[in-house]
Amino acid sequence: MLIRTRSQHPVQPSEITPSAAFGRRREILRAATAAGLLPVAAALARPARANPAPQRLEAGPSPLSTDEPRTSYEDVTSYNNFYEFGTGKDDPSRHAHQMPTRPWTISIEGAVAKPGVYDIDTLLGLASLEERVYRMRCVEGWSMVIPWVGYSLSELVRRVEPRGDAKYIEFATLADEASMPGLRTRVLLWPYVEGLRMDEAMHPLALLCFGLYGDVLPGQNGAPVRIVVPWKYGFKSGKSLVAIRFVEKQPMTSWHIAAPHEYGFYSNVNPDVPHPRWSQATERRIGEDGFLSRKRKTLMFNGYAEQVASLYAGMDLRRQF
Amino acid sequence: MQPGPARAHRDVARGRRPAGVLGVVRAIVFVVSLGPLLRLVVLGAGDGLGANPVEFVTRSLGTWTLVFLCLGLAISPLRWLGAPAAIVRLRRMLGLYAFFYASLHFLMYLWLDQWFDWRAIVADIVERPFIAAGFVAWLLMIPLALTSNRFAMRRLGSRWQLLHRLVYLLVPAGVLHFWWHKAGKNDIGEPAIYALIVALLLLARVVRRARRVGPPDQAGPASRVRSSA
Repeated sequence: MLIRTRSQHPVQPSEITPSAAFGRRREILRAATAAGLLPVAAALARPARANPAPQRLEAGPSPLSTDEPRTSYEDVTSYNNFYEFGTGKDDPSRHAHQMPTRPWTISIEGAVAKPGVYDIDTLLGLASLEERVYRMRCVEGWSMVIPWVGYSLSELVRRVEPRGDAKYIEFATLADEASMPGLRTRVLLWPYVEGLRMDEAMHPLALLCFGLYGDVLPGQNGAPVRIVVPWKYGFKSGKSLVAIRFVEKQPMTSWHIAAPHEYGFYSNVNPDVPHPRWSQATERRIGEDGFLSRKRKTLMFNGYAEQVASLYAGMDLRRQF
Repeated sequence: MQPGPARAHRDVARGRRPAGVLGVVRAIVFVVSLGPLLRLVVLGAGDGLGANPVEFVTRSLGTWTLVFLCLGLAISPLRWLGAPAAIVRLRRMLGLYAFFYASLHFLMYLWLDQWFDWRAIVADIVERPFIAAGFVAWLLMIPLALTSNRFAMRRLGSRWQLLHRLVYLLVPAGVLHFWWHKAGKNDIGEPAIYALIVALLLLARVVRRARRVGPPDQAGPASRVRSSA
């Protein structure tokens, strides 16, 4: 089931002064004053309420953080892939503010003892928040270092008590036609679906993420809640989650459906398995030394091999890419 | 008999100076065509190239290559629709700008993307159809650019036009390069626009040829060669 959240944007369309009236505001005021109708004019000219300032999230440090230089907030929030808002890198930052992110619920479904609809505030208070500075490697060949805020996905998974037949977790993300212009194109099958094997989801590195640089997530980065799986290509980390399903069979994920020979279910960062259209051996670290910086070598499992390689012992990662 | 393109070709080959108005138009087109490069320089100086400047610049140069190729291909159809014959004299400049932007686009790839790692570059071209298509398109532009001068036109005579029909191969290769680049992400909206424009520009030629090649008394073989540019 997909939870459709009603538009709860702080400014209702009905509150916005029609541009024709706004353009004539002085005229209206003058005329209204003359007619002793100032209260009416004041109502007409009421300014739109501003969006609330970013909300801080208190988070402790984490031993899982890298100490590499962080990619600037500006770059992290302006260079995004979030195709629901358009395929351009700047489309998400231009459109995502339209996305209603409060109230918000995640529906927990499938093979769990405690299914149900969980409110975002409940989820925020479920476990103590940590700042996790992770490398993020996009399948397109660029990378960032991002200070996320959240807690291990396993904290949530444990609390909803998966049954024995829950072998995989499927993440469904928001598909709200009113705020997401990209949904009009058929680039992908909407809503966007991603998934993890249960042991991957239980790995402490897999993060249920609510914030970025100490603030709540901006829309373009997947507000109000997303997952972050740092050893996999970025598209595995679904944004703006609305449902988490515990299933027995490997989920059919959006990119795999779109181009099965290019995007596998696992999509672990792997410099030895090239993408059909480009090499994955190197990556461009965004913001690093500007225009003339050389690309850096991509690391197996994005540098998290020590922690996660054992999850894939005995698997042929060339075939199960 | 359509004397336009053939005569213009002869005029260029003979080195006739363009008339006053045409000279001004050519100067304007020359300066305006530098705009896309100037824009990148200005954006670069003002830190306006976004989070991934190398990608931004490379893609922008690629897009403008396609634009100039389309403009060059549009000259003959515009002529047939009644535009003044003199616009044919803009075509060489548009073609050379296409080659200029294509070369910068390729240089960005060779230098700032691959850092002249020739092994990786060769592997890229051999293994990846999308890179190969772009590379072939650029390669095919070289002989056209080299023979765009009056001397080569005179030397090659009627073979010059035959050679320059490579443009009908290289432009689709360029569009394919763009298409395949976007296809894996299913994002073919923009390449589809270029594909449509190029298809229309090529179709115009097919239609015209089909009309003109009918009974042999209507069009002799010589005019067919001349008018198909």
